[in-house]
Amino acid sequence: MSEDMEDGGDIKKFMYMNRKAPYGTIYALEALEVVLIGAAFDQDVSLAFVDDGVFQLTKGQDTAGIGIKNFSPAFKALGDYDVTKLYVEKESLEERGLTADDLMDLVYEDEDDDWAEKPSIRLVSRDELKTVLAEQDVIMSF
Amino acid sequence: MSILHTVNKSPFQKNDLTSCLAHANDDDAVLMIEDGVYGAIKGTQAASQIAAAGATVFVLGVDLAARGISEDKVADGVSVVGYDGFVKLAAEHHAVNSWL
Repeated sequence: MSEDMEDGGDIKKFMYMNRKAPYGTIYALEALEVVLIGAAFDQDVSLAFVDDGVFQLTKGQDTAGIGIKNFSPAFKALGDYDVTKLYVEKESLEERGLTADDLMDLVYEDEDDDWAEKPSIRLVSRDELKTVLAEQDVIMSF
Repeated sequence: MSILHTVNKSPFQKNDLTSCLAHANDDDAVLMIEDGVYGAIKGTQAASQIAAAGATVFVLGVDLAARGISEDKVADGVSVVGYDGFVKLAAEHHAVNSWL
């Protein structure tokens, strides 16, 4: 870790990397909790959805039959916390028989563009994601 | 900016090592620890993936020893390090990605 990580006050790039499906373990829900807490600290936050993590974003989740809270609507609130970069890996979708159409429609309002509604999900290839990862100051995997 | 990746799951049980190697850049380091050290055994599919990866790959010696995996079983291209090497790797890279 380099010296600039020890400076106080400046904005760092935080990446939360999600690699697990939503209801089989508690990781996905806990990761979302951490993101929402971290969002209060005015950092440059990104999320990545890789491997089974892409299953967290499917639309139409209905957990009524399993007695677990459906937390997928909480992803729609991320834009209000200035968490607007959700990188979804194309290869992970394809390997699991999914396309972008199977995912929730997640948007944010861009304050620099007259509050225009813009998509939060950014489909990226594995190679593109590697470049994004290399730019981060802090990476947390779940 | 480079990343130190740590992997602590057996590649025979989970895909963490495979996914980590696929997401590591060439100037990154990958360190196998805890049950992740089983990925260092030569002649396995994991060893082939390591050989094909661009990142530099390390394994924590104390975790190998604890599991009865002697260093002569470690695949070529994987460097055995101690806790001091672990600390050095963490210090040398900009960020650490602890794969869970």
